[in-house]
Amino acid sequence: MKKVFKRPGILKDVPFHYCPGCTHGVAHRLVAEVIEELGIRDTAIGVAPVGCSVFAMDYFEIDMFQASHGRAPAVATGIKRVLPDRVVFTYQGDGDLAAIGTGEFVHAATRGERITAVFINNAIYGMTGGQMAPTTIMGQVTKTTPFGRDREINGFPIRVCEMLAPLEGTAYLARVAVHTPKAIIQAKKFIKRAFEVQLEGLGFSLVEVLSTCPTNWGLSPLEAVKWLEEKMVPYYPLGEYKSPAGGVINA
Amino acid sequence: MKGNEAIGEGAVRAGCRYFFGYPITPQSELTHYLARRLPEVGGLYLQAESEVASINMVYGASGAGARVMTSSSGPGISLMQEGLSFLAGAELPCVVVNMMRGGPGLGNIAPSQADYFQATKGGGHGDYRLIVLAPNSVQEILDLTGKAFELADYYRNPVMVMADGIMAQMMEPVELKNEAQAEIQAKPWAASGMIDHPGSKRIINSCFVIPEEMEAVNIRLKEKYTQILFNEQDSEGYLLEDAEIVLVAFGTVSRICRAVVEKARQLGIPAGLFRPVTLWPFPAEELKRTTGKAKCFLSVEMNMGQMVEDIQLAISGKAPVYHYGRLGGMVPVARDVLQEVQKLYSGGVVK
Repeated sequence: MKKVFKRPGILKDVPFHYCPGCTHGVAHRLVAEVIEELGIRDTAIGVAPVGCSVFAMDYFEIDMFQASHGRAPAVATGIKRVLPDRVVFTYQGDGDLAAIGTGEFVHAATRGERITAVFINNAIYGMTGGQMAPTTIMGQVTKTTPFGRDREINGFPIRVCEMLAPLEGTAYLARVAVHTPKAIIQAKKFIKRAFEVQLEGLGFSLVEVLSTCPTNWGLSPLEAVKWLEEKMVPYYPLGEYKSPAGGVINA
Repeated sequence: MKGNEAIGEGAVRAGCRYFFGYPITPQSELTHYLARRLPEVGGLYLQAESEVASINMVYGASGAGARVMTSSSGPGISLMQEGLSFLAGAELPCVVVNMMRGGPGLGNIAPSQADYFQATKGGGHGDYRLIVLAPNSVQEILDLTGKAFELADYYRNPVMVMADGIMAQMMEPVELKNEAQAEIQAKPWAASGMIDHPGSKRIINSCFVIPEEMEAVNIRLKEKYTQILFNEQDSEGYLLEDAEIVLVAFGTVSRICRAVVEKARQLGIPAGLFRPVTLWPFPAEELKRTTGKAKCFLSVEMNMGQMVEDIQLAISGKAPVYHYGRLGGMVPVARDVLQEVQKLYSGGVVK
């Protein structure tokens, strides 16, 4: 029988530690498929963050770095400057990239580092047990916003793609989601485009992936998918925010 | 050549091609020098957005297999501590320069040795060690910078070169030995892409979730540090054979103390000088040998006496250890140190 669908060889054949209904696994798979399809396995180097996806360093069967919290774009800069012909990407959560690592990703972007950031936005800190993230939406209940995110106490969420778009060093910015088959197909297309932009040497590229965290959202996997669609997507519109061909919001 | 420039040239001659740093006084000339010099040899000088970023760029570059360095001063070195812990944990070689300044806090930019504890006792989190070198002349800055890269690669460990604003700004003639290409050993652990090592992935990592695995790493690190402790202690002695008062000083202060010892001898006081070149490992073995005739030790430092306990440990209570220090960016004056020596000598401590 002809095999028409298989696990990408770049993903280690082990059960992931991610919770049921968490979409890290889907995002991992999309990155792995893109690397495989672009034929860059031998030159790809990934940087895993601190957070749930620190174990990406074990799951991706390519050379990997584990970085300290928020510093992945600086580590990736060091790698890329030494080895400009390698394809270097970071895989970072919202706490990692948009809170503690704010300085690092903004400056990697404005320097136009030829790296790709896969930015997982699930509006919460997963590994530490469900605290407010910089991307937690208004009114969202977390362990550290038990009465909902309040503008008087916590201020407002950060929209990373919109924030980076004016920087001249950024070449490609897109926001995708992985909660429906349609969204996943688009997510893969944009992740691939982000890696291609790096291969073309055009500048910094970032794909923000709206993701679920049923465990810390306190929802079932199905409810989580619905919550992402109804609560996150309106605040974080999907689409390409910047591309060499000209960005279209809400594509 | 200026001390700061000598570090830069020493690094280039040692095969270092990458520098990531953030501006801070009094190490500025080092960055100015390398920003011009590195492109001449096909290297890269990159100014980071912070010391936090620069040490992590060093982490990436080192993990990719490059000889790489950064430099800073007190406050910036504090910001690098997290990164240094990660570099030590992931066993990545690099050279970090600390041109110490007065502290704590923002302090000032005047010469100081107040970062001794931070450099030699940890600074960052977790069980780790830095190799710490303390040159006392521009020539030695040049030579020890080269040695720092050798040690870093050999032991796969960060190495710190520590000096202060005087050493950084001081100009002295140096002998530039032949510019032969530094021989850099292959790094069969570098994660430079699987194209370089087909079939097996490499991970640069300091995260070991399972305690048994972490402990095994800790044990391996401890064995490495023990090896460094035995092999790398370095020091210099001056008129120690018959010395009854042994001054102990490193870096800038050791030069002042040498003059003090000479003056004391003219006055008939049998003083000598012991100068640690490596601050970690502290040259305890050699210092122990001076205890035969020594009746007391005087640690002269530009801090509150951070080296005193290392001296005490080395000599195991065989003689009292005194301290004379100037603080906050003040530099000891030979006359004052001599007075301290005379006081100890006539005060009955020695006789």
